[in-house]
Amino acid sequence: MARERVRARRFWGSAGMLGIALYCLVPFYWMVVSSFRRTADIHDKTPWPAPWSLESYGAVFAADMGFGRSLLNSFVVAGTTTLVTLAVGTLAAYALARLEFRGKNVVLALVIAVSMFPGALLIVPLLELFTTIGWINTYQAMIVPSMSFALPLTIWNLTTFFRQLPYDLEQAAMIDGCTPFAAFRRVMLPLAAPGVFTTAILAFIATWNEFIIAVTMVNDQARQPATVRIAQFTGAAQFDTPFGTQMAAGVLVTIPLVLLVLFFQRRIVAGLTAGALK
Amino acid sequence: MKATHVTAAALALCAGLAACGSPTPGQPAAEGSGRGPITFLGGKFEAESVQKIVDAWNAAHPDEKATVVLLPESADEQRRKLIQNAQTKSDAGDVMLIDAVWTSEFAANRWVAELTLDTTGFLPNPVETGKYRGKLYAMPVFTGTGLLYYRTDLVKEPPKTWDEMKRICEEVLPKQTGMSCYGGQFDKYEGLTVNFSEAVASAGGELLDASGQPQLTGDAARQAARFLADGFKSGMIPKEAITYKEEEGRVAFQEGKLLFYRNWAYGYEAAQKTDGSSKVNGRFDVAPIPGLTGIGAGTLGGNNLAVSAFSKHKRTAQDFIAFMTSPEQIRAFARTSSMPVPLASIYDDPEMIKKYPYLPALKEGILAAKPRPKAVRYGDVTAAIQESAYAIVTGAKPVEQGLSELQAALGPLLK
Amino acid sequence: MLSPTMIVLALVVFYPLVAAMRESFYESGQRLDADGFVVEGEWFAGLANYAGVVQQRFLNAALNTTLFTVVTVALEVVLGVAMALVMRRAFRGRAFLRASILVPWAVPTAVAGLMWKWIFQADGVANALLGTEILWTADGPWAKLAVVVADVWKTSPFVGLLVLAGLQIIPAEVYEAARVDGATPRQTFWRVTLPLVKPALLVAVLFRLMDALRVFDLPYVMIGPRKQSVETLSGLIWDEATRVHYGPASAYGTALFLYIAVIAFVFVKLLGADLLSDVRARRKEAARDGA
Repeated sequence: MARERVRARRFWGSAGMLGIALYCLVPFYWMVVSSFRRTADIHDKTPWPAPWSLESYGAVFAADMGFGRSLLNSFVVAGTTTLVTLAVGTLAAYALARLEFRGKNVVLALVIAVSMFPGALLIVPLLELFTTIGWINTYQAMIVPSMSFALPLTIWNLTTFFRQLPYDLEQAAMIDGCTPFAAFRRVMLPLAAPGVFTTAILAFIATWNEFIIAVTMVNDQARQPATVRIAQFTGAAQFDTPFGTQMAAGVLVTIPLVLLVLFFQRRIVAGLTAGALK
Repeated sequence: MKATHVTAAALALCAGLAACGSPTPGQPAAEGSGRGPITFLGGKFEAESVQKIVDAWNAAHPDEKATVVLLPESADEQRRKLIQNAQTKSDAGDVMLIDAVWTSEFAANRWVAELTLDTTGFLPNPVETGKYRGKLYAMPVFTGTGLLYYRTDLVKEPPKTWDEMKRICEEVLPKQTGMSCYGGQFDKYEGLTVNFSEAVASAGGELLDASGQPQLTGDAARQAARFLADGFKSGMIPKEAITYKEEEGRVAFQEGKLLFYRNWAYGYEAAQKTDGSSKVNGRFDVAPIPGLTGIGAGTLGGNNLAVSAFSKHKRTAQDFIAFMTSPEQIRAFARTSSMPVPLASIYDDPEMIKKYPYLPALKEGILAAKPRPKAVRYGDVTAAIQESAYAIVTGAKPVEQGLSELQAALGPLLK
Repeated sequence: MLSPTMIVLALVVFYPLVAAMRESFYESGQRLDADGFVVEGEWFAGLANYAGVVQQRFLNAALNTTLFTVVTVALEVVLGVAMALVMRRAFRGRAFLRASILVPWAVPTAVAGLMWKWIFQADGVANALLGTEILWTADGPWAKLAVVVADVWKTSPFVGLLVLAGLQIIPAEVYEAARVDGATPRQTFWRVTLPLVKPALLVAVLFRLMDALRVFDLPYVMIGPRKQSVETLSGLIWDEATRVHYGPASAYGTALFLYIAVIAFVFVKLLGADLLSDVRARRKEAARDGA
């Protein structure tokens, strides 16, 4: 009886897993398949390309597009944004979670007020500001606005994380002679690692996929990120949307991201376990 | 402020192309002369052919080199970017490629400078799209109008009127499976404005009369709206055409799902392909679009070249446009690209006609074509047209109501 | 410790925000002089730009936005929690499952929009698989469904990842204790897992709410601008801004801002005791536990 129930549960568990994986992957699969079709049979509905073709990938990496360079730009912008956001956001979150000061809730409210204003309206004033201070065509013109979008999530998420961690750990560390900062770095940070890391992933991906700021602030092709590049692909004629090329570029932008995240996740999880064993 | 006046005066002095000779190569361009390196903001589309022209220019003008900067592919994004440049008074683009219908808005806002260029030899209609209140602000570089694509294996003679078209369909379609009569671009976007104004013009009317007043309560507008609304209701136009932009319909035509399709000239080359993507290659041709009582009148499309009002090198920019639209360069461009150009002589050139057999039909179409309404607030005008036209073709609103609402909506926008 | 945050926010957000709000009270670029040129400058317009807030188009967009937010966030929470629970379990192929869950969130939104448009177009693969002839991308109820499907696909992983992080800091002993007490899996989930993961889940929901209320790109790319059935407030604002109606666009933006602020406030007040709980309360708890 009980074994049957366990078996049923296993079955439903596996079915659920399979369902989730399918929902996530099937549309993406269609994207991959489309990217391997020739332009001539891009409208086919066969479950796999016939014949397979690298035509779209060839178009993505055509010499004059500088797609490789734009991937590098994306990496620089997203990487810097993530690191700086984490550094700034972790400190702020720790302060909000642990220190007592007046107007703390006001600060928290101000921090998310940012996420309440429609982004479309921030662009023009921001462009005027950056033109005045000469930031057009620079990396910081993409990094700083992206930070402002990534910071609220980082701060709110990490604040709740730090709050959930028991207080006595730090106190114990401080009693052992650690400075408050050392206590934070050696004790709190590793414990909050899942939260820190998740926020890092989310911030990195959000910045990596950012389009509107980048297209507005950067005209210089040598500095444009991949999303801006993808929007410049064109087909053979004026009205022809280069669907295959865009899908190929989409695949190329997505896969390294997923691999990167998985790699780091594994490393961090391994590091944590090692730390716990000591 | 003073500097702008000087530049404007310099531009005004420099009447005609001949006077606008550029400094001899090797001589450094003097500061404040309005000469120097320039940036050309264009889409990637036709980029290779455009790049050849730019290379030719750069070889001849080493001190006034032009650099091509790509804008995003979508027209909305391009427009947003150009307007943002203008609003920040940025000189990020000296020469820009703009849609023909943006000319009035850009000129009225003083985002683009007036041009003194020679338009002799150009087709008159495209040149008209570059003018605002009688003055030239943008030079036509690409043009085009709607053509009727039809199946030569099923239709002997292309129809001249909508009734003829219906009759042919009634004869042909019963013997075909999965084929509809007619398609155009009816999704709610600029293409719907084009198709709707094309229908009105083909019924002998105009969206706006000569004084710029909307004319949607007249008989022509009513006939045109009925043609489209009844077409959808009776299934003459397939219901999925409500989601068609240029490409969706082109694919349907190439797969043999449409007997007649209204599209721009670019579709010819694609439908002629023999790599398996087109099932109709060798079995179709193009004709001028049909109308209510005879051949219809298409809507003029196309792109123009303009000089940014915030450019520091306006004289070079204008010379560059003159160079790009010179007969030699246009001819060279036309040899490598099927994009229709506004130069009249191309359409009578036997070599060109051999390469692009649709040119005579296209010329006839362009000469008969009507521009879309010229309006400073064109964005609002086209949105209003799309709103009513979409309601009419989907049957959400009766023809009369849709038209009178549109008449009322357009009035204040065209003041 | 807070000053870097405040500097960044002041620079890139509060300045543009104030500028945009100011804009909502001014009129510019709408007047022509006798020669047909647009008169430069701006005029104080009072509340004229806000007139559209009570008109049909704005109200329709507000209704669409609200409906869309409620439906997608609800679905995303359910699916996101399921994803997190699944990702947490140790089994063979877990890395593969994690990778597949990450994929939708990692695909750039513009490309995702294009992909879904492709799937849902009249002769697209959705109709082919379902054997239907639905015009998903035409204005109408089906368009709403298409957008919801795409949005849930795109953003459930966001909720999933945040909840997963919340699950990971729950100590294993807690589950052990529940098991020893003879709790069924269902009881464990409702009585142990959910309460402990609540703070992380609430943050996820809060941010999803604020994002969903500002949604614009998926409906815009998939279905198109100015389509009544899917026009959201941000879509309306974007459309007005593209047609250089900065006054009304800013006015609608300010209205949307207030709407989101009220919802976020109510949300935090009603459910968010854990988010804003006072440090002193915690400290007391700690002292009590220590005693």
